[in-house]
Amino acid sequence: MIPAAFDYVRPADIGEALRILKEREGEAKVLSGGYSLLPLLKLRLAQPALLVDIQALGGLDGISRTDDDMRIGARATHRRILEDDGLAAVLPIMRDAAGGIGDPQIRNWGTIGGSVAHADPAADWPAVLQALHASIVLRSAGGERVVPARGFFIDTFQTGIEATEILTEIRIPLPAPRSGGSYQKLERRAGDFSTVGAAVQMTLGGDGRIAQLGIGLTAVGDAPFAATHAEDALRGAKPGDEMFREAAAAASRQSRPADDSHGPAEYKRAMVTEMTFRALRAAFGRALA
Amino acid sequence: MTTQHVKVTVNGEVREADVEPRLLLVHLLRENFGLTGTHVGCDTSNCGACTVHVNGMSAKSCTMLAVQADGAEVKTIEGMANGAALHPLQQGFWDQHGLQCGFCTPGMIMQSAWLLEQNPDPSEDEIRLGISGNLCRCTGYVNIVKAIQQAAGELRAADAAPVASVTAS
Repeated sequence: MIPAAFDYVRPADIGEALRILKEREGEAKVLSGGYSLLPLLKLRLAQPALLVDIQALGGLDGISRTDDDMRIGARATHRRILEDDGLAAVLPIMRDAAGGIGDPQIRNWGTIGGSVAHADPAADWPAVLQALHASIVLRSAGGERVVPARGFFIDTFQTGIEATEILTEIRIPLPAPRSGGSYQKLERRAGDFSTVGAAVQMTLGGDGRIAQLGIGLTAVGDAPFAATHAEDALRGAKPGDEMFREAAAAASRQSRPADDSHGPAEYKRAMVTEMTFRALRAAFGRALA
Repeated sequence: MTTQHVKVTVNGEVREADVEPRLLLVHLLRENFGLTGTHVGCDTSNCGACTVHVNGMSAKSCTMLAVQADGAEVKTIEGMANGAALHPLQQGFWDQHGLQCGFCTPGMIMQSAWLLEQNPDPSEDEIRLGISGNLCRCTGYVNIVKAIQQAAGELRAADAAPVASVTAS
Protein backbone atom coordinates (compact mmCIF):
# COMPACT_ATOMS: atom_id res chain seq x y z
CA MET A 1 0.00 0.00 0.00
CA ILE A 2 1.43 3.35 -1.08
CA PRO A 3 0.30 6.64 0.45
CA ALA A 4 -0.90 9.50 -1.73
CA ALA A 5 1.88 11.95 -2.53
CA PHE A 6 2.88 14.55 0.05
CA ASP A 7 5.77 16.85 0.86
CA TYR A 8 7.96 16.23 3.86
CA VAL A 9 9.87 18.60 6.12
CA ARG A 10 11.91 17.95 9.23
CA PRO A 11 12.19 21.26 11.11
CA ALA A 12 15.11 21.66 13.49
CA ASP A 13 13.22 23.39 16.28
CA ILE A 14 9.68 23.85 17.50
CA GLY A 15 9.51 27.50 16.43
CA GLU A 16 10.17 26.52 12.84
CA ALA A 17 7.68 23.64 13.06
CA LEU A 18 4.97 25.99 14.36
CA ARG A 19 5.71 28.55 11.65
CA ILE A 20 5.28 25.88 8.99
CA LEU A 21 2.01 24.70 10.53
CA LYS A 22 0.73 28.27 10.46
CA GLU A 23 1.85 28.89 6.88
CA ARG A 24 0.28 25.66 5.68
CA GLU A 25 -2.72 25.75 8.01
CA GLY A 26 -5.03 22.83 7.42
CA GLU A 27 -2.79 21.16 4.81
CA ALA A 28 -0.15 19.74 7.13
CA LYS A 29 -0.05 16.81 9.53
CA VAL A 30 2.47 16.39 12.35
CA LEU A 31 4.48 13.17 12.15
CA SER A 32 5.90 11.75 15.39
CA GLY A 33 6.71 8.01 15.54
CA GLY A 34 4.47 7.34 12.58
CA TYR A 35 2.90 4.11 13.82
CA SER A 36 -0.57 5.66 13.92
CA LEU A 37 -0.29 8.06 10.99
CA LEU A 38 1.44 5.86 8.42
CA PRO A 39 -1.22 3.14 8.43
CA LEU A 40 -3.83 5.87 7.79
CA LEU A 41 -1.75 7.36 4.98
CA LYS A 42 -1.25 3.93 3.42
CA LEU A 43 -4.99 3.31 3.50
CA ARG A 44 -5.41 6.84 2.09
CA LEU A 45 -7.82 7.64 4.89
CA ALA A 46 -5.57 10.66 5.43
CA GLN A 47 -4.10 12.61 2.51
CA PRO A 48 -2.27 15.63 3.90
CA ALA A 49 -0.27 17.78 1.49
CA LEU A 50 2.62 18.06 3.93
CA LEU A 51 4.11 16.02 6.76
CA VAL A 52 5.97 17.92 9.47
CA ASP A 53 8.30 15.39 11.09
CA ILE A 54 9.06 16.45 14.67
CA GLN A 55 11.82 13.87 15.30
CA ALA A 56 14.53 16.53 15.35
CA LEU A 57 12.83 18.79 17.93
CA GLY A 58 14.74 18.44 21.16
CA GLY A 59 13.38 18.26 24.67
CA LEU A 60 10.04 16.68 23.91
CA ASP A 61 10.69 13.11 25.05
CA GLY A 62 11.48 13.40 28.75
CA ILE A 63 9.61 12.15 31.81
CA SER A 64 9.90 14.37 34.86
CA ARG A 65 8.25 15.09 38.19
CA THR A 66 7.31 18.44 39.65
CA ASP A 67 5.73 19.17 43.06
CA ASP A 68 2.29 18.80 41.49
CA ASP A 69 2.47 16.47 38.54
CA MET A 70 4.27 13.98 36.37
CA ARG A 71 5.18 15.46 32.98
CA ILE A 72 5.61 13.25 29.97
CA GLY A 73 6.98 14.72 26.77
CA ALA A 74 4.83 14.12 23.73
CA ARG A 75 7.65 12.28 21.97
CA ALA A 76 8.22 9.85 24.85
CA THR A 77 7.85 6.41 23.31
CA HIS A 78 5.57 3.75 24.76
CA ARG A 79 8.78 1.86 25.55
CA ARG A 80 10.28 4.74 27.51
CA ILE A 81 7.07 5.00 29.53
CA LEU A 82 6.98 1.22 30.05
CA GLU A 83 10.57 1.18 31.34
CA ASP A 84 10.43 4.27 33.58
CA ASP A 85 10.59 2.93 37.14
CA GLY A 86 9.96 6.33 38.73
CA LEU A 87 6.74 6.76 36.78
CA ALA A 88 5.59 3.20 37.47
CA ALA A 89 6.17 3.68 41.21
CA VAL A 90 3.84 6.69 41.29
CA LEU A 91 1.40 5.69 38.55
CA PRO A 92 1.51 1.93 37.91
CA ILE A 93 -1.43 2.31 35.51
CA MET A 94 0.98 3.92 33.03
CA ARG A 95 3.11 0.77 32.93
CA ASP A 96 -0.03 -1.39 32.60
CA ALA A 97 -1.12 0.57 29.55
CA ALA A 98 2.29 1.01 27.89
CA GLY A 99 3.07 -2.70 28.10
CA GLY A 100 -0.13 -3.60 26.30
CA ILE A 101 0.36 -1.30 23.33
CA GLY A 102 1.28 -2.98 20.07
CA ASP A 103 4.48 -4.98 20.13
CA PRO A 104 8.16 -4.24 20.88
CA GLN A 105 8.85 -2.59 17.52
CA ILE A 106 5.79 -0.37 17.81
CA ARG A 107 6.69 0.56 21.39
CA ASN A 108 10.21 1.48 20.20
CA TRP A 109 8.85 4.18 17.90
CA GLY A 110 5.25 4.99 18.76
CA THR A 111 4.85 8.00 21.06
CA ILE A 112 2.24 8.98 23.62
CA GLY A 113 1.71 12.35 21.96
CA GLY A 114 1.21 10.75 18.58
CA SER A 115 -1.31 8.31 19.97
CA VAL A 116 -3.22 11.01 21.85
CA ALA A 117 -3.29 13.40 18.88
CA HIS A 118 -4.36 10.61 16.54
CA ALA A 119 -7.30 9.66 18.83
CA ASP A 120 -8.13 6.21 17.58
CA PRO A 121 -11.13 5.17 19.70
CA ALA A 122 -9.39 1.83 20.33
CA ALA A 123 -6.06 3.37 21.44
CA ASP A 124 -5.26 2.94 25.13
CA TRP A 125 -3.80 6.27 26.30
CA PRO A 126 -6.93 8.43 25.91
CA ALA A 127 -8.97 6.40 28.42
CA VAL A 128 -6.04 6.22 30.83
CA LEU A 129 -5.46 9.98 30.71
CA GLN A 130 -9.14 10.64 31.36
CA ALA A 131 -9.12 8.29 34.35
CA LEU A 132 -6.09 10.19 35.66
CA HIS A 133 -7.65 13.64 35.09
CA ALA A 134 -4.54 14.48 33.05
CA SER A 135 -3.97 17.65 31.05
CA ILE A 136 -2.66 18.07 27.55
CA VAL A 137 -0.28 20.87 26.63
CA LEU A 138 -0.71 22.38 23.17
CA ARG A 139 1.70 24.90 21.71
CA SER A 140 1.19 27.25 18.79
CA ALA A 141 3.09 30.24 17.45
CA GLY A 142 0.82 32.36 19.68
CA GLY A 143 1.67 30.56 22.91
CA GLU A 144 0.67 27.59 24.97
CA ARG A 145 -2.60 26.29 26.36
CA VAL A 146 -3.27 23.47 28.78
CA VAL A 147 -6.52 21.58 28.31
CA PRO A 148 -8.07 18.74 30.32
CA ALA A 149 -7.96 15.27 28.76
CA ARG A 150 -11.69 15.07 29.52
CA GLY A 151 -13.38 16.83 26.66
CA PHE A 152 -10.29 16.67 24.44
CA PHE A 153 -11.39 13.55 22.54
CA ILE A 154 -14.29 14.75 20.44
CA ASP A 155 -14.92 11.92 18.01
CA THR A 156 -13.15 9.19 16.07
CA PHE A 157 -9.76 10.66 15.04
CA GLN A 158 -10.95 14.09 16.24
CA THR A 159 -9.53 16.09 19.12
CA GLY A 160 -9.39 19.65 20.35
CA ILE A 161 -6.03 20.28 18.68
CA GLU A 162 -6.03 23.18 16.23
CA ALA A 163 -4.25 22.76 12.90
CA THR A 164 -1.60 25.27 14.00
CA GLU A 165 -0.80 23.51 17.28
CA ILE A 166 1.62 20.81 18.35
CA LEU A 167 0.90 18.59 21.33
CA THR A 168 4.03 18.95 23.46
CA GLU A 169 3.35 17.41 26.86
CA ILE A 170 1.04 15.33 29.03
CA ARG A 171 0.64 16.39 32.68
CA ILE A 172 -0.73 13.97 35.24
CA PRO A 173 -1.52 15.20 38.77
CA LEU A 174 0.50 13.38 41.44
CA PRO A 175 -1.83 10.99 43.23
CA ALA A 176 -2.53 11.51 46.93
CA PRO A 177 -1.45 8.83 49.43
CA ARG A 178 -3.66 5.71 49.41
CA SER A 179 -4.14 5.87 45.66
CA GLY A 180 -4.02 3.09 43.12
CA GLY A 181 -4.76 2.60 39.47
CA SER A 182 -5.05 -0.14 36.93
CA TYR A 183 -5.61 -0.56 33.20
CA GLN A 184 -7.29 -3.76 32.06
CA LYS A 185 -7.23 -4.46 28.35
CA LEU A 186 -9.07 -7.18 26.51
CA GLU A 187 -7.48 -8.01 23.17
CA ARG A 188 -8.08 -10.82 20.73
CA ARG A 189 -4.41 -11.41 20.00
CA ALA A 190 -1.09 -10.21 21.38
CA GLY A 191 -0.41 -6.69 20.17
CA ASP A 192 -3.93 -6.02 18.96
CA PHE A 193 -5.95 -2.89 19.54
CA SER A 194 -8.31 -3.13 22.51
CA THR A 195 -11.63 -4.90 22.11
CA VAL A 196 -12.45 -3.21 25.42
CA GLY A 197 -10.16 -1.37 27.83
CA ALA A 198 -10.95 -0.05 31.31
CA ALA A 199 -8.77 2.44 33.18
CA VAL A 200 -9.35 3.18 36.86
CA GLN A 201 -7.53 5.54 39.22
CA MET A 202 -8.80 5.63 42.80
CA THR A 203 -7.90 7.47 46.01
CA LEU A 204 -9.15 6.29 49.41
CA GLY A 205 -10.01 8.76 52.16
CA GLY A 206 -9.04 8.44 55.82
CA ASP A 207 -12.41 6.80 56.47
CA GLY A 208 -11.64 4.06 53.93
CA ARG A 209 -14.24 5.36 51.49
CA ILE A 210 -13.52 6.30 47.90
CA ALA A 211 -12.50 9.96 47.95
CA GLN A 212 -11.49 10.45 44.33
CA LEU A 213 -12.07 8.32 41.29
CA GLY A 214 -11.54 8.31 37.56
CA ILE A 215 -12.75 5.69 35.10
CA GLY A 216 -11.93 5.79 31.39
CA LEU A 217 -13.12 3.37 28.73
CA THR A 218 -11.42 2.38 25.48
CA ALA A 219 -13.01 1.23 22.22
CA VAL A 220 -16.66 1.32 23.27
CA GLY A 221 -17.73 4.67 21.87
CA ASP A 222 -16.98 7.05 18.99
CA ALA A 223 -14.26 8.41 21.24
CA PRO A 224 -12.72 7.11 24.47
CA PHE A 225 -14.71 8.60 27.34
CA ALA A 226 -14.95 8.90 31.12
CA ALA A 227 -17.54 6.57 32.66
CA THR A 228 -19.10 9.33 34.72
CA HIS A 229 -22.16 7.35 35.81
CA ALA A 230 -19.96 4.69 37.38
CA GLU A 231 -17.79 7.38 38.97
CA ASP A 232 -20.87 9.02 40.51
CA ALA A 233 -22.04 5.67 41.87
CA LEU A 234 -18.72 5.06 43.60
CA ARG A 235 -17.65 8.48 44.88
CA GLY A 236 -17.95 8.47 48.65
CA ALA A 237 -18.85 4.77 48.68
CA LYS A 238 -17.26 2.06 50.73
CA PRO A 239 -15.18 0.01 48.30
CA GLY A 240 -16.05 -3.66 47.84
CA ASP A 241 -16.99 -6.20 45.21
CA GLU A 242 -20.71 -5.51 45.35
CA MET A 243 -20.24 -1.76 44.78
CA PHE A 244 -17.66 -2.49 42.07
CA ARG A 245 -20.11 -4.79 40.26
CA GLU A 246 -22.84 -2.14 40.34
CA ALA A 247 -20.51 0.57 39.10
CA ALA A 248 -19.14 -1.67 36.36
CA ALA A 249 -22.69 -2.32 35.18
CA ALA A 250 -23.30 1.46 35.12
CA ALA A 251 -20.14 1.85 32.99
CA SER A 252 -21.45 -0.77 30.62
CA ARG A 253 -24.81 1.02 30.31
CA GLN A 254 -23.00 4.24 29.46
CA SER A 255 -20.90 2.59 26.75
CA ARG A 256 -21.86 2.65 23.05
CA PRO A 257 -19.88 -0.13 21.41
CA ALA A 258 -20.28 -1.02 17.73
CA ASP A 259 -20.51 -4.44 16.09
CA ASP A 260 -17.21 -5.10 14.33
CA SER A 261 -14.54 -7.73 13.75
CA HIS A 262 -13.68 -7.65 17.46
CA GLY A 263 -17.17 -8.84 18.36
CA PRO A 264 -20.81 -7.88 18.60
CA ALA A 265 -21.88 -4.88 20.69
CA GLU A 266 -23.68 -7.07 23.22
CA TYR A 267 -20.50 -9.03 23.91
CA LYS A 268 -18.51 -5.83 24.28
CA ARG A 269 -21.01 -4.42 26.76
CA ALA A 270 -20.61 -7.57 28.85
CA MET A 271 -16.85 -7.15 28.62
CA VAL A 272 -17.06 -3.52 29.76
CA THR A 273 -18.70 -4.78 32.95
CA GLU A 274 -16.01 -7.40 33.45
CA MET A 275 -12.96 -5.28 32.59
CA THR A 276 -14.21 -2.32 34.64
CA PHE A 277 -14.82 -4.64 37.60
CA ARG A 278 -11.31 -6.06 37.28
CA ALA A 279 -9.78 -2.59 36.99
CA LEU A 280 -11.69 -1.35 40.06
CA ARG A 281 -10.55 -4.34 42.09
CA ALA A 282 -6.94 -4.05 40.97
CA ALA A 283 -6.87 -0.29 41.60
CA PHE A 284 -8.35 -0.80 45.07
CA GLY A 285 -5.73 -3.47 45.80
CA ARG A 286 -2.96 -1.07 44.84
CA ALA A 287 -4.51 1.77 46.86
CA LEU A 288 -4.33 -0.46 49.94
CA ALA A 289 -0.78 -1.62 49.27
CA MET B 1 6.76 14.71 -8.64
CA THR B 2 9.03 16.18 -5.99
CA THR B 3 11.84 14.01 -4.76
CA GLN B 4 14.08 14.38 -1.77
CA HIS B 5 17.62 13.23 -1.32
CA VAL B 6 18.18 10.66 1.43
CA LYS B 7 21.47 9.39 2.79
CA VAL B 8 21.31 6.29 4.93
CA THR B 9 24.11 4.18 6.33
CA VAL B 10 23.01 0.62 5.62
CA ASN B 11 25.05 -2.17 7.18
CA GLY B 12 27.97 0.23 7.57
CA GLU B 13 27.88 1.49 3.99
CA VAL B 14 26.62 4.98 3.07
CA ARG B 15 23.84 4.70 0.49
CA GLU B 16 22.02 7.57 -1.18
CA ALA B 17 18.90 7.95 -3.30
CA ASP B 18 16.44 10.52 -4.58
CA VAL B 19 13.01 9.41 -3.45
CA GLU B 20 9.44 10.54 -3.22
CA PRO B 21 8.62 11.39 0.40
CA ARG B 22 5.90 8.73 0.35
CA LEU B 23 8.40 5.93 -0.33
CA LEU B 24 8.48 3.45 2.55
CA LEU B 25 11.80 2.48 4.10
CA VAL B 26 11.26 -1.17 3.16
CA HIS B 27 10.94 -0.20 -0.50
CA LEU B 28 14.04 1.98 -0.32
CA LEU B 29 15.96 -1.02 0.97
CA ARG B 30 14.53 -3.55 -1.45
CA GLU B 31 14.04 -1.59 -4.63
CA ASN B 32 16.53 1.26 -4.51
CA PHE B 33 19.32 -0.56 -2.70
CA GLY B 34 18.60 -4.12 -3.89
CA LEU B 35 18.57 -5.50 -0.35
CA THR B 36 15.72 -7.96 -0.76
CA GLY B 37 16.44 -9.91 2.42
CA THR B 38 13.98 -7.62 4.23
CA HIS B 39 10.52 -8.90 3.37
CA VAL B 40 7.15 -7.24 2.97
CA GLY B 41 4.63 -9.49 4.64
CA CYS B 42 1.37 -7.92 5.74
CA ASP B 43 2.22 -4.27 4.91
CA THR B 44 0.09 -3.26 7.93
CA SER B 45 2.62 -3.20 10.86
CA ASN B 46 1.38 -6.55 12.14
CA CYS B 47 3.67 -9.33 10.94
CA GLY B 48 7.20 -8.03 11.51
CA ALA B 49 8.71 -9.63 8.37
CA CYS B 50 10.08 -6.16 7.46
CA THR B 51 11.87 -5.66 10.81
CA VAL B 52 15.21 -3.85 10.57
CA HIS B 53 17.24 -1.77 13.03
CA VAL B 54 17.14 2.01 12.72
CA ASN B 55 19.67 3.78 14.93
CA GLY B 56 19.95 0.58 16.96
CA MET B 57 16.22 0.14 17.55
CA SER B 58 14.11 -2.50 15.88
CA ALA B 59 11.50 -1.03 13.57
CA LYS B 60 8.91 -2.21 11.10
CA SER B 61 10.25 -0.77 7.87
CA CYS B 62 6.81 -0.90 6.21
CA THR B 63 5.66 1.67 8.77
CA MET B 64 8.50 4.14 8.36
CA LEU B 65 9.15 6.51 5.48
CA ALA B 66 12.50 6.46 3.74
CA VAL B 67 12.76 10.21 4.45
CA GLN B 68 12.26 9.56 8.18
CA ALA B 69 15.38 7.37 8.06
CA ASP B 70 17.43 10.08 6.29
CA GLY B 71 20.67 10.38 8.25
CA ALA B 72 20.07 7.20 10.20
CA GLU B 73 22.05 3.97 10.57
CA VAL B 74 20.08 1.00 9.33
CA LYS B 75 20.94 -2.64 9.80
CA THR B 76 19.29 -5.38 7.79
CA ILE B 77 19.58 -9.15 7.62
CA GLU B 78 22.31 -8.71 4.99
CA GLY B 79 24.48 -7.11 7.67
CA MET B 80 24.31 -10.02 10.10
CA ALA B 81 26.75 -12.59 8.70
CA ASN B 82 30.49 -11.94 8.86
CA GLY B 83 31.60 -13.03 5.41
CA ALA B 84 30.86 -16.74 5.16
CA ALA B 85 30.44 -17.06 8.94
CA LEU B 86 26.79 -16.95 9.92
CA HIS B 87 25.72 -14.80 12.86
CA PRO B 88 24.94 -17.00 15.90
CA LEU B 89 21.23 -16.25 15.37
CA GLN B 90 21.39 -17.38 11.75
CA GLN B 91 23.26 -20.51 12.84
CA GLY B 92 20.72 -21.06 15.61
CA PHE B 93 17.79 -20.91 13.19
CA TRP B 94 19.66 -23.37 10.94
CA ASP B 95 20.61 -25.81 13.71
CA GLN B 96 17.27 -25.75 15.52
CA HIS B 97 15.15 -25.80 12.35
CA GLY B 98 13.69 -22.41 13.34
CA LEU B 99 12.04 -21.96 9.97
CA GLN B 100 9.97 -23.81 7.44
CA CYS B 101 9.02 -21.50 4.57
CA GLY B 102 11.50 -18.88 5.80
CA PHE B 103 9.46 -15.83 4.93
CA CYS B 104 9.36 -14.47 8.49
CA THR B 105 12.99 -15.40 9.21
CA PRO B 106 14.79 -12.14 8.33
CA GLY B 107 12.45 -10.12 10.52
CA MET B 108 12.50 -12.77 13.22
CA ILE B 109 16.31 -12.68 13.32
CA MET B 110 16.51 -8.87 13.34
CA GLN B 111 13.98 -8.65 16.17
CA SER B 112 15.80 -11.40 18.10
CA ALA B 113 19.09 -9.58 17.63
CA TRP B 114 17.58 -6.44 19.13
CA LEU B 115 16.05 -8.47 21.95
CA LEU B 116 19.40 -10.05 22.81
CA GLU B 117 21.08 -6.64 22.80
CA GLN B 118 18.53 -5.49 25.39
CA ASN B 119 18.53 -8.71 27.36
CA PRO B 120 21.39 -11.16 26.72
CA ASP B 121 19.88 -13.87 28.91
CA PRO B 122 16.11 -13.87 28.32
CA SER B 123 13.75 -16.44 29.77
CA GLU B 124 11.48 -18.34 27.42
CA ASP B 125 8.64 -15.98 28.33
CA GLU B 126 10.80 -12.94 27.65
CA ILE B 127 11.76 -14.37 24.25
CA ARG B 128 8.13 -14.99 23.37
CA LEU B 129 7.16 -11.45 24.43
CA GLY B 130 10.18 -10.07 22.59
CA ILE B 131 9.07 -11.60 19.29
CA SER B 132 5.36 -10.93 19.83
CA GLY B 133 5.44 -8.47 16.93
CA ASN B 134 6.71 -11.12 14.52
CA LEU B 135 4.35 -13.69 13.09
CA CYS B 136 5.36 -17.15 11.91
CA ARG B 137 2.60 -19.17 10.29
CA CYS B 138 4.65 -22.41 9.91
CA THR B 139 6.62 -23.42 12.96
CA GLY B 140 4.43 -22.78 15.98
CA TYR B 141 7.42 -20.82 17.39
CA VAL B 142 8.87 -23.71 19.43
CA ASN B 143 11.97 -24.08 17.29
CA ILE B 144 12.29 -20.33 16.88
CA VAL B 145 12.50 -19.99 20.65
CA LYS B 146 15.12 -22.78 20.74
CA ALA B 147 17.10 -21.05 18.01
CA ILE B 148 17.14 -17.79 19.96
CA GLN B 149 18.12 -19.62 23.15
CA GLN B 150 21.02 -21.31 21.35
CA ALA B 151 22.21 -17.98 19.94
CA ALA B 152 21.84 -16.26 23.33
CA GLY B 153 24.08 -18.91 24.89
CA GLU B 154 26.69 -18.55 22.18
CA LEU B 155 26.70 -14.77 22.29
CA ARG B 156 27.08 -14.83 26.09
CA ALA B 157 29.94 -17.33 25.81
CA ALA B 158 31.62 -15.16 23.16
CA ASP B 159 31.26 -12.12 25.40
CA ALA B 160 32.70 -13.99 28.36
CA ALA B 161 35.58 -15.59 26.45
CA PRO B 162 38.05 -12.67 26.28
CA VAL B 163 37.48 -11.96 29.98
CA ALA B 164 38.07 -15.62 30.81
CA SER B 165 41.31 -15.71 28.83
CA VAL B 166 42.55 -12.60 30.59
CA THR B 167 41.73 -14.14 33.97
CA ALA B 168 43.50 -17.35 32.97
CA SER B 169 46.72 -15.67 31.87
